[in-house]
Amino acid sequence: MIVEEIMQKNVKTLTPKNTVRDALQLMQKERIRHIPLVDGNGKLAGVVTERDIKEVAPNPFFPNEQMEKLALPLEKIMKTNLLTGHPLDFIEDMAALMNDNRIGCLPILERGKLVGIVTGTDLLQTFVDLTGAGQPSSQIEIRVRNRTGVLREITEIIYEHHINILSVLIYPDRKNLDNRILVFRVSTMNPVTLISHLKEAGFDVLWPNMPGMPR
Amino acid sequence: MKEAVFVFSTDLLAYRFRNDHPFNQMRLQLVKELLEAIGALNREDIVKPRMASDEELFFIHDPSYVEAVKLAGRGKLDPVKAENFGLGTEDTPIFPNMHEASALIAGGTLAAAEEVMSGRARHALHLGGGLHHGFRGKASGFCIYNDTAIAIKYLRETYGVRILYVDTDAHHGDGVQWAFYDDENVCTLSIHETGRYLFPGTGNVNEWGTGKGYGYSFNIPVDAFTEDESWLECYAAALEEIAAYFKPDVLVTQNGADAHYYDPLTHLSATMKIYREIPKLAHKIAHQYCEGRWIAVGGGGYDIWRVVPRAWSLLWLEMAERDGGQGEIPASWLEKWQKKSSYPLPAVWDDPADLYRPIPRKQEIEEKNRNVLNRMLQFIGQLK
Repeated sequence: MIVEEIMQKNVKTLTPKNTVRDALQLMQKERIRHIPLVDGNGKLAGVVTERDIKEVAPNPFFPNEQMEKLALPLEKIMKTNLLTGHPLDFIEDMAALMNDNRIGCLPILERGKLVGIVTGTDLLQTFVDLTGAGQPSSQIEIRVRNRTGVLREITEIIYEHHINILSVLIYPDRKNLDNRILVFRVSTMNPVTLISHLKEAGFDVLWPNMPGMPR
Repeated sequence: MKEAVFVFSTDLLAYRFRNDHPFNQMRLQLVKELLEAIGALNREDIVKPRMASDEELFFIHDPSYVEAVKLAGRGKLDPVKAENFGLGTEDTPIFPNMHEASALIAGGTLAAAEEVMSGRARHALHLGGGLHHGFRGKASGFCIYNDTAIAIKYLRETYGVRILYVDTDAHHGDGVQWAFYDDENVCTLSIHETGRYLFPGTGNVNEWGTGKGYGYSFNIPVDAFTEDESWLECYAAALEEIAAYFKPDVLVTQNGADAHYYDPLTHLSATMKIYREIPKLAHKIAHQYCEGRWIAVGGGGYDIWRVVPRAWSLLWLEMAERDGGQGEIPASWLEKWQKKSSYPLPAVWDDPADLYRPIPRKQEIEEKNRNVLNRMLQFIGQLK
């Protein structure tokens, strides 16, 4: 999956000459936490985050002090020296980049111009889409040995039941690195016979277990 | 005016996918005979279902889908096309005359709605209905036509009433929810086992509706192994609060009986107690807000021997305000059906206290469910 599939294209921006007050109002109105600042040529000059703004905006405990800070131009507080991404970058890489550098947003540039933004929220939404039920389905989790052919053996059994697989995720087993956890979403309301066949074939079905039987 | 009518015909039993399929309308016969055995159902209580017309099916379904169901029932639907319509799958196999069987179910729910709206009956029960997974153009989860959504749309179009739909099936009422997701005149509430594992996977607490319908869709996904008290706490608090907020003209309840410990498809640990309590509160709400107008349908329920007959009989007894659901189950009924059942049939109406072994993380499950309930109540508080 590449960045242009998930990035926000309708980016709310300001210029470095705009004030802290402008940024505060835009963040409140649009419910956003990151504002890229672009100069007259559409070039990215910096970014201000909610935290940058809060550090200079008047403290709610002393609302009448430091009012002059609201008039500060954003270029005085903006972050420069930015990490940026490209629309063709892979989402996985950008997520790692954001995580490693502990940043909440990544401006996306094409030919030097700002074309989008990816935030932590967009990555979370992608995670929700990948793990959620896009279509009506049941979820089955199976713990397997990490070996060649195991996925094929399981999908073979699912195929024999004429059940469509809507998604497959493979997680490491945090308790035992020799194992993997396979998570299937299958398009049936009645996975009971499938599960009993998987168990008969020796697979460790973690969930669902048989109704009414706590593990 | 009659207190309640019971929509029934043996023709409803024709909705049968395959001999080994878990959805088995034989349960309708079991319920009817149990009620007759206790003297709580008479010939004058019964209203026959009718076939829904194509135009009525089009309230919810695409004409191309209805056409596909008709073709499938005559063995003339191309298998590739069938799969796109969700037909011929493991969940909804094709069977002869499936259109007719499904349209009769839809018509049964319409008949129930007509009985109530015409004033012939205060309440109406159609246990053959409640096929809440049916989608606009796709069969899903044992459901072909979404009889309940059709009837709700019919009530909207014909009478302009505002409808509260309450779904206590163990599976999320997705088909009905999505059909009215942007409609502020139809408020849906579904309480079900969390969709993290269980079909259909939706029904999260944050599915609040969209557009004008935002704030008119409510879900309480409860944890696996949820027991009576926690389930009823969620149900009672949610229904009272939502009814007070929405103030419906008509109450429609879907009464799937698959949240019981015995049910083979789900993982909740409810007992017959919730099936006593669910209709009591619905009944109260119907009188408090809707001048009694209450249409109830069936739904899931896959232990057709030990669970459904008792659960659905209790629903009718509450609706019709009749006695009989106490103590022993009539011997005549037990004798007739025990031969066919693969399990020993319960001899009394209520489940024993030791129906299942104690649930290990009971308190945590209750706490988690209460958190979900509170998120919903908090949201409603913000809407007011």
